[in-house]
Amino acid sequence: MSLSPHHKALIERFMHVVPHVNELGMSIVDLRAESIHIRLPYREEWLGDVVHGLIHPGIITTLVDSGSGLAVLARLENPEPIATLDLRMDYQRPALKDLGLDCRAEAYRVTPHIVFVRASVWQTDESKPVALSQSAFMRSSTSKKRVI
Amino acid sequence: MSNVFSEARRIARESRNYEPLTALMPYARFIGVKLLEVDGQTRALLPYRPSLIGNAQMPALHGGVTAAFMENAALMQLLLQLDETRVPKSIDFAIDYLKPGRPEELYADCRISRLGQRVAHVSISCWQRSPDQVIALARGHFLLTSTE
Repeated sequence: MSLSPHHKALIERFMHVVPHVNELGMSIVDLRAESIHIRLPYREEWLGDVVHGLIHPGIITTLVDSGSGLAVLARLENPEPIATLDLRMDYQRPALKDLGLDCRAEAYRVTPHIVFVRASVWQTDESKPVALSQSAFMRSSTSKKRVI
Repeated sequence: MSNVFSEARRIARESRNYEPLTALMPYARFIGVKLLEVDGQTRALLPYRPSLIGNAQMPALHGGVTAAFMENAALMQLLLQLDETRVPKSIDFAIDYLKPGRPEELYADCRISRLGQRVAHVSISCWQRSPDQVIALARGHFLLTSTE
């Protein structure tokens, strides 16, 4: 992929500057304005139920939150601060141990103040997602503080 | 029939020792969740550590960590309050972010708003410094397995 300076800076920041992303070991597989793809390698620490070998939904949400924010930044033309307003997760099937997690996120609608994102997470087959998500982000660059 | 989850719950209820329960949920242990008992209610606590940061400039906690902590609090609440023999399965989870998370400890209080035969609805409030300084509200539906 040939990257714009904005996208190059984004990748650099995501991989090296976000402490929690670093701790988890997430990496960017692909990054474009239309969509992003990130990956989280499997670790036993991700389990939410050791008896049944299932990955904790919380780590899936963390992956989606990271991917969705990255999708917003990749879609915007210039770097600007953003904040997550809300995020919804729909768990489609259990996430199994020994397999990593992939996330694709797409900022499908950009308005002057808000960006809407959808995302999916899968393990082996993108057409069989373990989770689907919808979220909304606030852009900060155009905001004026409202006096109340 | 004796079951590891029932045993962990018995120990938690009798001696306020939540270690056997978190041992069954490695991700809860990974992010460092602690449980407290306040006025007969279970309260979840997430001690601060720098690797939980998602925005280094502000600095603010990773939104995914806040969400994961809250969802985990709901799951642990269900395990402690009901007689489930495994971790309930998350059906969906939705979070509204009201304020950025300061680089300080997080607290979560959960309420089981509806308990059906198969599904529980849990409302979760996440705060810092004092319970009226809410930084995020969430709710989730969880599939119960004790009827299986």
